[in-house]
Amino acid sequence: MFQVRIHGRGGQGVVAAAEILSVAAFVEGRHAQAFPSFGSERMGAPVVSFCRIDDRPIRTHEPVMEPDALIVQDVTLIHQVDLFAGLPSDAYVLVNTSRSFDELGLGEFARRFHRDHLLTCPATELALEHLGRPLPNAALLGGFAALTGRISLDAIDTAVRQRFTGAVGEDNVAAVRAAYRYVTLEEDEMVDASTD
Amino acid sequence: MLRQIEGSRAVAETVALCRPEVVCAYPISPQTHIIEAIGAMVKSGALTPCEFINVESEFAAMSVSIGASATGARSYTATASQGLLFMIEAVYNAAGLGLPIVMTLANRAIGAPINIWNDHSDAMAVRDSGWIQLFAETNQEAADLHVQAFRLAEELSLPVMVCMDGFILTHAVERVELPDQAEVDAFLPSYEPRQVLDPDDPVSIGAMVGPEAFEEVRYLAHLRQLDALERIPTLAAAFDEAFGRQSGGLLHPYRTEGAETIVVALGSVLGTIKDAVDARRDAGERVGVVGITAFRPFPREAVRGALSGTHRVVVVEKAFSIGYGGVLSTDVAMATHDSDCTLRTVVGGLGGRPITRDSLEEVLAAAARDELDPLTFLDLEIEIVQRERGRMTSTRRSGPSAENILRDLGTVASRIG
Repeated sequence: MFQVRIHGRGGQGVVAAAEILSVAAFVEGRHAQAFPSFGSERMGAPVVSFCRIDDRPIRTHEPVMEPDALIVQDVTLIHQVDLFAGLPSDAYVLVNTSRSFDELGLGEFARRFHRDHLLTCPATELALEHLGRPLPNAALLGGFAALTGRISLDAIDTAVRQRFTGAVGEDNVAAVRAAYRYVTLEEDEMVDASTD
Repeated sequence: MLRQIEGSRAVAETVALCRPEVVCAYPISPQTHIIEAIGAMVKSGALTPCEFINVESEFAAMSVSIGASATGARSYTATASQGLLFMIEAVYNAAGLGLPIVMTLANRAIGAPINIWNDHSDAMAVRDSGWIQLFAETNQEAADLHVQAFRLAEELSLPVMVCMDGFILTHAVERVELPDQAEVDAFLPSYEPRQVLDPDDPVSIGAMVGPEAFEEVRYLAHLRQLDALERIPTLAAAFDEAFGRQSGGLLHPYRTEGAETIVVALGSVLGTIKDAVDARRDAGERVGVVGITAFRPFPREAVRGALSGTHRVVVVEKAFSIGYGGVLSTDVAMATHDSDCTLRTVVGGLGGRPITRDSLEEVLAAAARDELDPLTFLDLEIEIVQRERGRMTSTRRSGPSAENILRDLGTVASRIG
């Protein structure tokens, strides 16, 4: 079982991101369960969603308490919500920002995790470029696919196209692919840096 | 067709396949997505012929459903929590009049304190209303139960409530195999009303019945619920035959063979319980679980059979009778009264508090050591309660308890997100 927690704000597509990820897993023939933090969602308020992926039917309905991966759609939540609660040291973390962990004041924190499991990705900028709107959710799923290798880019593309039809779908797929490339390059640089 | 789909959406699409002719509902969390989706299908013409009637309250929603059903229309509605309580007089009337309305109950706690999250207090509040109450364990079962519910309701001329856990199921996106129209049409014949308001053949429905016959009318209602005990397994078998999967029935036993301890529960928590049971079985403990699908009518004989031979029964329930204890466990106790097993009640999941596998495993371990109290409140923070009790003892004007407790927790209002 692989468990993902997504943090963001109401209106950023936090719930949609978990759903799209679950559809991508479903497209791959796997079992998946996506659900939001249950409450009265409203624009701008902190929102959390979850996605479980497994090769077997998922029976549990308990909350995800120790996620294997974390996606942070809105970096301003860092000082408002306990974003990293329950994260094991080998968890994957993908943060939507154009800044580095050090610049965010999270350098010390980041060093507690596997170095190649933590990345930042400027998903809002990529979304603005490809969609013309600051909606980072789909792009981050592309970054997530590259970072974790737990889901294929093709499956994310298919799931995004199922969610958004027509031009909006294609624009989102472009953002997904841009984030995938960005994260892949970042990882390559990290590998190069460690072999130098 | 196998889909990755939200529970509410799966239910809405399945209800639409059942060709309801009148849908009348008032939105309330966590039922809203179901009604929105059906409303959209009526508006787009995807569900036709069907009239979606907007009303000003749940009382009106059930009243319109009664009127529609009495004219011979297949009628559907959905609600939750306070919405169910607001319509409760009409809920009793629908059953008393023998009108086969199908209603989804997206289970949610009842205030005060106001709480939008899941538990089973709403379903328990109407358990004596004469409605058949079926509880879904998964979104697959929630969808499938609606197909069975329309057939059961119309065969018996009784209303059926399909209970599915609010948010936990309604808002979860999971795999659901949705039937196609031809399959549902083959399973669900068109509605032949036993009584109908027809200007060409006038009757009156809803007579005043005095002491001379009220008990007889009520006893007849009881007998017809007992008829449902026969029909529910038959329909589940027919459903299996037609659709190739097991959904519904009276109850679902899981790993109960040779079990010394059996957990009994309703609804989606059964999935988490099964994971806990597997873990305890792997550790060598002989434990199993019985999920009850038909809560009303209560399958006393089937429960007795499923629990026979076990030493301990642990009923895990998301509701309780304040001042007494378990509700489901009272029914289970009646079913096992002539057995020498010990019965323990665990109340948990109230107002949306998660029931975790870890906590369930602790319950099973304590049960195995015979250290489980007769009535346990799962993960209860007793210190918080004691602090407010202390305040109530020391100060006459101690103020509103819920607000005091939230203040103790450092919360201004209930935390969301």
